[in-house]
Amino acid sequence: MSTEELKNLKSNTIVDARGTACPGPLLAAKKAIGEIESGEIMEIYSSDEGTKNDIPKWCNKMTHEFLGILEEDSYSRIFLKKA
Amino acid sequence: MGTELEKQIADLKAQVNHLKEGTKDQLSMVVFSGDMDKILAAMIIATGAAAFDMKVKLFFTFWAISALRDPAKTGKGKNFIEKMFGMMLPRGSAKLKLSNMNMGGMGTAMIKGIMKKHKVASIEEMMKTAGELGIEINICEMSMNLMGFKKEEMINYPHMTICGVATFLTDAAESKIQLFI
Repeated sequence: MSTEELKNLKSNTIVDARGTACPGPLLAAKKAIGEIESGEIMEIYSSDEGTKNDIPKWCNKMTHEFLGILEEDSYSRIFLKKA
Repeated sequence: MGTELEKQIADLKAQVNHLKEGTKDQLSMVVFSGDMDKILAAMIIATGAAAFDMKVKLFFTFWAISALRDPAKTGKGKNFIEKMFGMMLPRGSAKLKLSNMNMGGMGTAMIKGIMKKHKVASIEEMMKTAGELGIEINICEMSMNLMGFKKEEMINYPHMTICGVATFLTDAAESKIQLFI
């Protein structure tokens, strides 16, 4: 998705994993994904650089659709759609 | 010709099924080291794999078993040597040392400070998460006997069993990933 599309996207849930280190954001994502329905959008806040590479891989394995990343000043917003 | 093809397809299907059943989406890991950093790495990989929906089976053996001791508990009926071992080995994960740069405990204390600063979960927290994720911990009975550890001095962990090498081999044989740490 383009930056503009991501900016206008409404997330069904936001997981704030800022400040935690690997595997914190991944575990937080795994926990939160169980609480939303298939087709819903989840957004992960992470200040951990590695998470930006890890979440797309996790999505691929779990067959969730990775939508993209928005960069903020001190963290990233990672978007995905639950399979 | 048609029946020949059908037969070949049936054969292939059988082989594919066999392959599918042969390996599970499972991680099997021998945790041998009792070094704090290595146990931490093992727990990060284990919880990460669980986040990937993999079944995770950890086989704790030798020095690693110290990480599973509960400092508040003691084992009963130990002989002199077993008591000595118990005293000399770390009493729980909080007492483990770094494999490098321990510097008489200074290095370990420093790394714990840095871990807190970077919000890296401690081994104790990782163990709790592992339990919630359904990660299995199997403890090698032979090592327990060698070191004189008793089951009653281990931490309360929801999926813990005492077992032998056959359990590890069975788990490892059907796992996609096998590791030794």
